[in-house]
Amino acid sequence: MRTIFFILRKEFKQIFRNPMMVKLIVALPIVQLIVLANAATMDLKNINLAIVDNDLSTISRQLVSKFEGSPFFTITYRDFSEKNAQESVALNQSDAILIIPTNFQKDLLKENTAKLQFSVNAINGMSAGIINYYMQSIIIDFNKKIIPEWKAPTSDMKKIKNISITYAHWFNKELIFNIFMVPGILAVLVTIMGMFLPGLNLVREKEIGTIEQINVTPIKKYQFILGKLLPFILIAFFELSLGLLVGVPLFNVPVIGSYFVLYSVAGIYLLAILGIGLLLSTFANTQQQLMFLSYFVLIIFILMSGIFTPTESMPKWGQMINYINPIYYFMKSLRMILLKGSGFSDILPQIYALSIYAVLSISLAVSRYKKTI
Amino acid sequence: MEKVIIVKNLVKKFESFVANDNLTFDVFRGEIFGFLGANGAGKTTAMKILCGLSQPTSGELSVAGFDVYKQQDKIKANIGYMSQKFSLYEDLTVFENIQFYAGIYGLSNKEIDERALKLIEKLGMQAMRKKLVASLPLGWRQKLSFSIAIIHKPQIVFLDEPTGGVDPITRRQFWDLIYEAANDGITIFVTTHYMDEAEYCNRVSIMVDGRIEALDSPLNLKKQFNAENMNDVFIQLARKSKNKE
Repeated sequence: MRTIFFILRKEFKQIFRNPMMVKLIVALPIVQLIVLANAATMDLKNINLAIVDNDLSTISRQLVSKFEGSPFFTITYRDFSEKNAQESVALNQSDAILIIPTNFQKDLLKENTAKLQFSVNAINGMSAGIINYYMQSIIIDFNKKIIPEWKAPTSDMKKIKNISITYAHWFNKELIFNIFMVPGILAVLVTIMGMFLPGLNLVREKEIGTIEQINVTPIKKYQFILGKLLPFILIAFFELSLGLLVGVPLFNVPVIGSYFVLYSVAGIYLLAILGIGLLLSTFANTQQQLMFLSYFVLIIFILMSGIFTPTESMPKWGQMINYINPIYYFMKSLRMILLKGSGFSDILPQIYALSIYAVLSISLAVSRYKKTI
Repeated sequence: MEKVIIVKNLVKKFESFVANDNLTFDVFRGEIFGFLGANGAGKTTAMKILCGLSQPTSGELSVAGFDVYKQQDKIKANIGYMSQKFSLYEDLTVFENIQFYAGIYGLSNKEIDERALKLIEKLGMQAMRKKLVASLPLGWRQKLSFSIAIIHKPQIVFLDEPTGGVDPITRRQFWDLIYEAANDGITIFVTTHYMDEAEYCNRVSIMVDGRIEALDSPLNLKKQFNAENMNDVFIQLARKSKNKE
């Protein structure tokens, strides 16, 4: 026990003597939360729309004014030339084109139906989908009003009861993206701290050569590894707390679940992710190698984890990868605890998976770390 | 005399390369044992095996009375080691380094404070006690490294080219520290490239291509090879090497 105390004291002194480290520990959660939660938003506003109105009728103008009135669309371009409109999309001046054909009003009144052409820049498939959805809702709304206004109300029409659909969005009533993102960013934050720092610290001792000195002392392997784990678990807990302290009030994240459950799961997760970091460090001889290796693993795990995209819509093989992705389990538990108020019994599968991960990665790291060369 | 290191037929192979080819030698308690050889002769390999940093391919070895294969932990508690690479923590102070190494060797707080005080006094480093090791000149660092390597009063201390890159005055002071430790009964096992340092040893072994070609006191070696000094002895032996650069 005393040996561990001496190791811990040394590690803490070294960490806090590094001025860069202290700044990073404080700045990282705050900057990440504020920048990422605000910027990485899926809410689309200011869609730049090019309109080609070949009809110039009363109804076509009414339709255009609908788009003008929408908070989502900004009309950046009006012309009679489809070619010019297309060019404006190519030049990134517009995100979508609405083309109203000649005879739009005539067809609508005579045939009861008229055609519109709507083209969307779909380089980003997700935002194209959202633009499409906004556009449709405007057209549907327009249809509802245009029929009674222009067509004589028939007896049939009166009978039609308006079916209105109201949506109830559970756990995030107003579909605020920030609330979804904050737990995700907290998970990433804890992951970065846990995965990089202890491993880098260990490899640094290899680079400097002090590890050789340690290896000729009677320090046990588990004592050495524990000395590398514990300080960073504490730092990661501090990061999580700081992140919650800043993120929760700033973005009005409803904390429905209990902090006890949250910190317990975070503790298990930290053991798992620190174990992976240390395991990777046993494969690397320089900090450069380790950075490269960890980055490779981390990027895949983070993007697969469901931070931005629902994991359920991934292909089967992608979902299979997530079975071995600890971030996926933690991300899910964190959101469930914070936003749904899940307790231990609701996140049992995640807890089991993370526990297995923790035991495996740490015992592998200890056994792979050799006191001989 | 009591044997504190016993090596019988030590062989260490790295795939097809034989780094240590059937070494057999003993080291006696309290002596200063010089372990010489050209670069790549296999000195460091053998020393790392004796320290428990590396496993031998075959051979019987006992260090400080413990078996190299089975009792590595006991060996480690009874030896000190100073490597070629500087091995103190530069971002810790002089005192913190002493405290850390003394602590992991299981010394009590009282012992740590006592020995740290004595060590700092002996080296005349009172003014540097709270300075970061990074700010010390190389000579001071080496002396501090050595003193920390024997802070737990080991039976044997292994020194791997301890005076590399150090000026002659500091080297002289360093050897004073070595003599003092030897007087206290600590066996010194030292590798070096400086032939004047070889003269300071009680006995010297010279390795060529993984084998020990000569082992005796400097005086006897000079007689045997009809040489004026250890430098000549070394050059005569090193010429035999097949892998000349």
